[in-house]
Amino acid sequence: MDLLPGYLTAHLQLALVALLVGIAVSVPLGVLAARVRWLEQPVLGVASVIQTIPSLALLAAMVPLLAAAHLPSIGYLPAFIGLVLYSVLPILRNTVTGLATVDPALIEAARGVGMTPRQRLVRVELPLAMPVIIAGIRTATIWTVGIATLSTPVGATSLGNYIFTGLQTRNQSAILVGCIAAAVLALTLDGLVRLVAVGWERRHRGLLGVALGATALLYLYTGVTLGRELLRTQHERILVGAKTFTEQYVLSEILAGQMMHETGTPAEVAQALGSTVAFDALRTGDIDVYVDYSGTIWATLMHREASPTNRSDVLSEVEQFLRERHGIVVVGALGFENAYALAMRRERAERLRVRRISDLVLHAPTLSIGGDYEFFGRAEWRAIRERYGLGFATERSMDSSLMYQAVAQGNVDVISAFSTDGRIAALELVVLEDDRGAIPPYDAVILASERLRRRHPEAIDALRRLVGTIDGDAMRRMNLAVDEGGQSPTAVARAFLEALWNRE
Amino acid sequence: MIEVRQLAKRFGNTPAVREVSFGVSAGELLVLVGGSGCGKTTTLKMINRLTEPTSGTVLIEGQDVSALPGHVLRRGIGYVFQRVGLFPHMTVEQNVAVPLSLLGWAAGRIRERVGEVLELVEIDPSLRHRRPAELSGGQQQRVGVARALSSEPKVMLLDEPFGALDPLTRDRLQQSFVGIRKRLGLTAIFVTHDMIEALLLADRIAVMNDGRLVQVGTPHELLASPADEYVERLVDTPRRQARTFDELMAGVAR
Repeated sequence: MDLLPGYLTAHLQLALVALLVGIAVSVPLGVLAARVRWLEQPVLGVASVIQTIPSLALLAAMVPLLAAAHLPSIGYLPAFIGLVLYSVLPILRNTVTGLATVDPALIEAARGVGMTPRQRLVRVELPLAMPVIIAGIRTATIWTVGIATLSTPVGATSLGNYIFTGLQTRNQSAILVGCIAAAVLALTLDGLVRLVAVGWERRHRGLLGVALGATALLYLYTGVTLGRELLRTQHERILVGAKTFTEQYVLSEILAGQMMHETGTPAEVAQALGSTVAFDALRTGDIDVYVDYSGTIWATLMHREASPTNRSDVLSEVEQFLRERHGIVVVGALGFENAYALAMRRERAERLRVRRISDLVLHAPTLSIGGDYEFFGRAEWRAIRERYGLGFATERSMDSSLMYQAVAQGNVDVISAFSTDGRIAALELVVLEDDRGAIPPYDAVILASERLRRRHPEAIDALRRLVGTIDGDAMRRMNLAVDEGGQSPTAVARAFLEALWNRE
Repeated sequence: MIEVRQLAKRFGNTPAVREVSFGVSAGELLVLVGGSGCGKTTTLKMINRLTEPTSGTVLIEGQDVSALPGHVLRRGIGYVFQRVGLFPHMTVEQNVAVPLSLLGWAAGRIRERVGEVLELVEIDPSLRHRRPAELSGGQQQRVGVARALSSEPKVMLLDEPFGALDPLTRDRLQQSFVGIRKRLGLTAIFVTHDMIEALLLADRIAVMNDGRLVQVGTPHELLASPADEYVERLVDTPRRQARTFDELMAGVAR
């Protein structure tokens, strides 16, 4: 049934349906705005404001909005709504313009032959405005297909998965595949709309038939696959969340593979979720399981200071907090820590005689620090700054996969590294000692929803078998295999699981 | 057949038509003539309510036109537009069929009737599937007349229908129109600013100036006894042209 690659199918499911709904909303709205003069400015104004929101932010903004409305906030829905909103403006504006530019003499002629206002609209005004409306639909088509690649961070699968995974795992060819596929798809669909328009304009039956037939087939395929997926979502599927870095991709594949192997229930991965997005998604049941870090929960959700640096104390308090406050099941710790750590190039650290974070204080005003998207907004960074009185000359946010390269090449002096990242050793970086204990311990723990435990207790058992199986070195090796070794997270996860199963 | 009583129209504070009254009897062609801005087109449009009058009444066959919904009224009246007004996205055939489909005629009957009227206005059947843009100006206006005639209206309104055509084409269309009208016994009001056209086509002429009706009479009456200086001036031009023409002809004969 799946004739096309999964990411392409998912992309079509988002873009085509969003476009259809976008057209269904915008054309009538445009007609209304063209008819009721005072509505035109407000309607176009709102659509323009939506358009000025950066597309990624618009999609991301849907997550909390939907969560507040108790709707599925991760996956198809937020991406879909964002895309519909984005497609509205070009179609709406062109509908209004198209109708406004119909020759008044023809409108009078339509009245003169005895048409009612509705007949005038359907028989004369809309057909004459159609070329302009179609132009708007074509713009919307290209935008929607392009922006749909940004659906990945809100948990919807799309061609963006190639791009985001490629970006995280430094896989250039995956990035290219995603970009080219999206571009080709956009041009293909645009061409199809153009073909429909040309066929219609020239009254060319054959052309129109082919174009409409192809469009209908695409929609049929999209509809069937989407319908099937929605049905499956409601019954048998475990969704594993992954945050936006390599380790999370590997771990999510390990969790998914382990559950499928032990229980036979299909498990899928929703990639590239922001870290609070992932937590909220678990809480609302939009995802079933993911790996988080004790220190993250400790700092971000419990708003606690780093004082008890004892790993097991933090872990047990976090467990209790999650269970009691959020009804989240803590399956157990995987056996390694992935701490936030400040790292520098070894040679530079030695020259500045910096070994501990407190050694940085003197130099910081002349140094720059790079961090992942979240870092400078997190409680840990606040704690580090306050505890040490650190103030850097510049703070630069960047993709976590790029910051190691950035520090190695001297673009920044210090980065907020992840302690399990294999590139720390590979690129000859040193981790600075947190001598004043500002950073809490970060045990990687498997978190699962209450719903998963109710529905698939056997899956929880399967996950429990992963507890304590990955130590820091093992995780570093797996990360490095993806980041520098060019392997896919899926392959690395599979290798780990096979070794695990063989041992048993 | 058509009875116009104290019909008036103001646009804001500007009077366009000031209490105009006249009648058109069955089978008669009345030509409304006057300079641009005299209110002749506005008067015409108030008859089928493309423009709603400020005051006054219009009766067609004794019935007040304001009693019907505007679109129903207009379906029963043929209207030929100044700027042709054919729908560019429809073929010749579809354009002519519009009034019929609005009246809910069956497809077969529409096809038959469209054939008849296109023949009546002398449009070659091979042009039936063309778009208006592919026709000459004269052909376009023939199709415009065909569309106005298609539903067999008792009343036709024509707003400077041949104004934009070259003299030869205009003459041919005028001849065709005279023939068609005689054959169908149409009652029609024809607006033009061209006094010669008025004199050639009209049973009676109504001269308008500055929103008022100045004189209504047969071409002969207008030529023989113009009511005021304005009418005098209007008929003077064709008269002088005719005299010059006669002299030229006499010269050629000698």
